[in-house]
Amino acid sequence: MNVLVIAEHDNGQLKSETSKVVNAATKVATNIDVLIAGHNVGEAAKSASEISGVTKVRVVDNAGFEHQLAENTADLVVEIAGSYSHIFASASTTGKNILPRVSALLDKSQISEIIEVVDGDTFKRPIYAGNAIATVKSLDETKVITVRASAFDSQGSQSPCEVDSLAIEIENGLSEFVSIEQTESERPELNAAPVVISGGRGMQNGENFALLNGIADKLGAAIGASRAAVDAGFVPNDMQVGQTGKIVAPDLYIAVGISGAIQHLAGMKDSKVIVAINKDPDAPIFQVADYGLVADLFDVLPELETAL
Amino acid sequence: MKVLVPIKRVIDYNVKARVKPDNTDVDLTNVKMAMNPFCEIAVEEAIRLKEAGSASEVIVVSIGDKACQEQLRTALALGADKAIHVQTDAKLESLHVAKLLAKLVEQQQPELVILGKQSIDSDNNQTGQMLAALTKRSQGTFASKVVIEDGKAQVTREVDGGLQTVSLTLPAIVTTDLRLNEPRYASLPNIMKAKRKPLETIEAQSLNVDLSPRIELVKVEEPSKREAGVMVESVDELVTKLKTEAKVIS
Repeated sequence: MNVLVIAEHDNGQLKSETSKVVNAATKVATNIDVLIAGHNVGEAAKSASEISGVTKVRVVDNAGFEHQLAENTADLVVEIAGSYSHIFASASTTGKNILPRVSALLDKSQISEIIEVVDGDTFKRPIYAGNAIATVKSLDETKVITVRASAFDSQGSQSPCEVDSLAIEIENGLSEFVSIEQTESERPELNAAPVVISGGRGMQNGENFALLNGIADKLGAAIGASRAAVDAGFVPNDMQVGQTGKIVAPDLYIAVGISGAIQHLAGMKDSKVIVAINKDPDAPIFQVADYGLVADLFDVLPELETAL
Repeated sequence: MKVLVPIKRVIDYNVKARVKPDNTDVDLTNVKMAMNPFCEIAVEEAIRLKEAGSASEVIVVSIGDKACQEQLRTALALGADKAIHVQTDAKLESLHVAKLLAKLVEQQQPELVILGKQSIDSDNNQTGQMLAALTKRSQGTFASKVVIEDGKAQVTREVDGGLQTVSLTLPAIVTTDLRLNEPRYASLPNIMKAKRKPLETIEAQSLNVDLSPRIELVKVEEPSKREAGVMVESVDELVTKLKTEAKVIS
């Protein structure tokens, strides 16, 4: 069995999710190729070749793939898909955009966002906002799968494997990149941070999110938010943790002023330790919290920063 | 411009799904059902395009048993012009749905298809992308803004790390993210009027799509329960416990 892992990268750097997807791939096969499609991806290709378990890195480096648009990237994956029994990608926005297109072009049913590999055909995945875990068996000969990276460990490193350049150009004229507006952040990425501190509607406004900064600095934490905080315009939407935002599973998750709606819990309830700070003792968040503190966040946050 | 909006009947998003005791599936008997929230946003966007003069006709379609006509009527009450119900009792995977929709796209030739980015039951996030692949159309997934001009759709997409804008050649497929718009409510007169709008039913078999399963549902379980936590009285107690008991900070 051969697995093709589609790398998660921003051209310059390989994202940490790739290593976790390779970890999932090692549970079904020993032959694991990583595809990096992009532009000026030399550095990312080198990093991929050093992930333990990777057999070969296949690089398609040309300007047409710089933004990994779904239309041309899916055609590319289909072109090289031939010999693989499994095609894996991270359940990131890039993976979710491209892989179902690949799957339909190959006439296969995709399995989305797996959290466990049972065997080469059988996988576990959450459904209904994580309120049920389905075990599903693929009857297709090629398994097309997205992986919830937070459910798998990172792989160790190895001495670099073979890096193979492929000259493939695809131009279908269906879509064009116009612009990207990136949210600037000095903090660790939400998906990869060991500690996440999130604010909800209880933060009252965007300025008050600054109260989380000092604590996040001391803990090396990423800052997240509930949908209520995003919809109220307190913070940008890529900070949203939940069913429709990012799924995180850090060692420590601190929920501040978040009630704990089903959709938010779907994004964080696999965190190792959950702390909830809320002034409403009946908030549902306390049902999943390991440590709960009923208090006004405006009193507690400065105190917490000092105590750390 | 004709716009097609596929919608799905799902468990109401406020209801916590319960697993059947025999672990065969989630129990949906006597559970409140509703239109998938992302589909509501898709319907709203199509209606706004019509109100802005970009769209001439909005057709909603739902695939499933007879009950999903209820959601089609809701969409008609919100402002859709016509509904198509593709009748089937089969359990469908995203690929099957995409194939059935591709047949309808072939028949109806809409210039734009707007779907929700995912349904809150299966959480697959596949159908729109698959439909785009099968119809060889461009795709604008996770849209938070859609502008139609000069035969193109400018779609701003919610991606990890920010917002990406792409220009799509029409005809195109767009999937909605939560922040695309705020769906309206149906007024009582519109609900009454919707009862007289056309709703056509076609049998799924008549579309000649292979609906045999590709994925077998082996079992459905409750997620592992978290052990009950403790309440602390003060910040100092919290920090001490995190350091000495949970050992997650040093």
